[in-house]
This record gives sequence, C-alpha cells and structure tokens, in this order.
Amino acid sequence: MEHFLSLFVRSIFVDNMIFAFFLGMCSYLAVSKNVKTAFGLGIAVTFVLVVTVPVDYLLQTKVLAEDGILGIDLTYLSFILFIAVIAGITQLVEMVVERFSPSLYAALGIFLPLIAVNCAIMGASLFMQQRISMDPATSTQAISNVWDSIAYALGSGIGWMLAIVSLAAIREKMAYTNVPKPLQGLGITFITVGLMAMAFMCFSGLSI
Amino acid sequence: MSKLFSKENRAVFSAPLNLDNPIAVQVLGICSALAVTSQMQPAIVMGLSVAVITAFSNLIISLIRKTIPNRIRIIVQLVVVAALVTIVSMVLKAFAYDVSVQLSVYVGLIITNCILMGRLEAFAMMNGPWESFLDGLGNGLGYALVLVVVGTVRELLGNGSLLGFQVIPQSFYDMGYMNNGMMTMPAMALILLGCVIWVHRAYNEKKEKK
Repeated sequence: MEHFLSLFVRSIFVDNMIFAFFLGMCSYLAVSKNVKTAFGLGIAVTFVLVVTVPVDYLLQTKVLAEDGILGIDLTYLSFILFIAVIAGITQLVEMVVERFSPSLYAALGIFLPLIAVNCAIMGASLFMQQRISMDPATSTQAISNVWDSIAYALGSGIGWMLAIVSLAAIREKMAYTNVPKPLQGLGITFITVGLMAMAFMCFSGLSI
Repeated sequence: MSKLFSKENRAVFSAPLNLDNPIAVQVLGICSALAVTSQMQPAIVMGLSVAVITAFSNLIISLIRKTIPNRIRIIVQLVVVAALVTIVSMVLKAFAYDVSVQLSVYVGLIITNCILMGRLEAFAMMNGPWESFLDGLGNGLGYALVLVVVGTVRELLGNGSLLGFQVIPQSFYDMGYMNNGMMTMPAMALILLGCVIWVHRAYNEKKEKK
C-alpha cells in the first residue's frame, strides 16, 4: 500500500510528464490558451492513460514476455502493439464522448483524435515497460503488478493536467503584457515553461 | 537527372532547414527535442534517426498513397512508422548501445513525434515519392540542426566539453571558471529553445524587411 501511494505521488510531482520528461509538449503548447479547454483535455488524457497503461502492462507481461502464454520472446513487437492499443482506445473514447457529451466533443475538436499521437500516452507505456524490471524493494519507481500500473497512469495523468491548467492560467494573464515582438507567442511560452520546470525541480529532492 | 534536382525539388529540400524549420516555425516534434539535448552525441544520433525515419516513411506512404482508404489512413501511417522505428531502435542497440541506453524511451517515442504525422498528412499523401523523400529528409535534417545547436550550447556550458572531449582548458578552471550545472537540467533546455526561436524569428524578420 505504501509503495502504491509513493508511486502515485512521485509520478505527479517528481516524474512529472511535462516538467521532467517533456512528453506531450505539442498539444500542451497548442491547447493551453484557455483554462476550460485545457482542463477538458487534461481529463481526456488522464482517462486514456488510465485505460491504456494497464492494458499495455498486461500485454507486455502476459503475452509478449518470454514466460507469457505464447512462450516466445516477442518484445520487439511492443512498439507496434502499444500504438495499436492506444489508437484503438482513443477511437473508443472519441465515440463515447460524442455520444454522451456533445458539448465537450465540440470543445476538444481535433485534439481528441490527436491524443493517439500524444507522446505522454506512448511515453507512459514505454516507461512502464522499463520499470517492470526494477526491484520494488529498492526502488519507488518499480511497477510490479497491475495496480501499480494504474497508480502510475493516474498520477502521470493528474501531473499532466496540473501542468496544462497552470500554464493556461498564466497564458491568460500574459495576453495583456508587452512582450518583444520576435519573442511573442511560442518563444515566451517556452521560457515560461522553463521557469515552471525550474520550480518543479525542487520536488526532485523529495524522498517518498 | 536534371529533373530530379530541379529548382522546385531543391526548394522542397532546403525550406525546412531554415525558413520553414519544423521546430522553430512549424512547432512540431518538441517533445523529444528537449530531452535528448543535454549532450551533443545523443542529439546527433537522435536527429539522424528522425531524418532517416521521416525520409523513408514519407517515401513508403507516398508510394502506397493511392491504395490507402481515407478512413483508416492514420492507422496505416502509424503502422508504417512503428515498423521503421522498431528497425532503427534495433540497429541502434546493435551498433551504438551506449547511445541507445542514453536515449532510452525517446527512440520509441519517435513514433508519436508530430513531425512524422505532420509531414505524412500534409505532404506525402499528396505528392510523388521522390519529392516526398526529399521533403522528409529536409524536415528531419532541419530538426537535427536545432537539436545539435541546443545540444552544443548545453554541453559546452554545462560540462565544458564537446562530443565528450574537454575543450575548456584546465587553466580556466584554475582561474576560477566553473561549469554551469544549471545547463544540464531539463529546465534550461526549454529556455534555450525559447531563445533559439527568438533569434531565428528576429533574424528572418530583418531579412524580410530588406
């Protein structure tokens, strides 16, 4: 239980998807102009993460690994299989959102199908693949069962949402400031994210 | 032969290197651009891998573009890209193991690199194989260029070395010069990239005015 909690908190603050690994930057920069849309996208990304990472975990350990049901080492197929799972589940989420919440569907627009190529989702699956081999007794990052993978996915999703909502809030205020012309838009956004990442670095000394 | 290197084709290749740079202007593929640039060597390897993958995925998609049904094109594109990335990742593991360990998950993340999907959708689905190949190569090299610039600055100021060789002499350190540890941190990558974009835009704006 303790390991479960520390994995969760660690993936929100210390191993934050945006500030520590720069994953999901494209939609992070594109959708962070308005807090409401940013929040909606954050929820959608968290949901897709919580579904795909455990599915990929089970595929990796039960099917692709050498001691899985097929009995042969198929780990070289993991890239293709992971991206297929992600694309399939994103399609499913899109259909569900369209059916039950047409207003959110309209607000997210093109960015909903684009979750499939969001690096944060694929990145979480690949980090999970790396962490399977770690020893849970010595490392708080280890993922040794399916519950750990759910905690990791939920934490990463919430961390990503935290990052995009706070950047959107800053950018809403920044619209009124006087920025040098060549630096406007993308340049100043990068520098802002850099300063935010510096602030998040103070969590890296945290021992949980 | 002259047709292969006509003026239009040269423009297709050279525009992404400067005026239409995928990172500085089109804002594609930032995700992996930042994480691998703490030193020059991984930045070069990553840039070249992306250039190879964009060139060949553009070529393959452009060859089969007329047979792909429109509804499932994203899946087809993803499968082609994923297959190419798997090959590159295996080649890296076999011939440059140290670098592939350093790059860790970011090689796999080339699949979700926006440059690939962006170029496939915007160029390869509509143009012939040779132009698509040049476009992919140009965009990949434009990406590599930014990566190498950021990697050079970070390695020089952060470790005082280039490609692992010490370039700042010991006498400097004796006089009290110190490496800037901040540069090796992820936060500085973002700020440096912001500055690269700033310089790039300011320079191109001046050129347009003339």
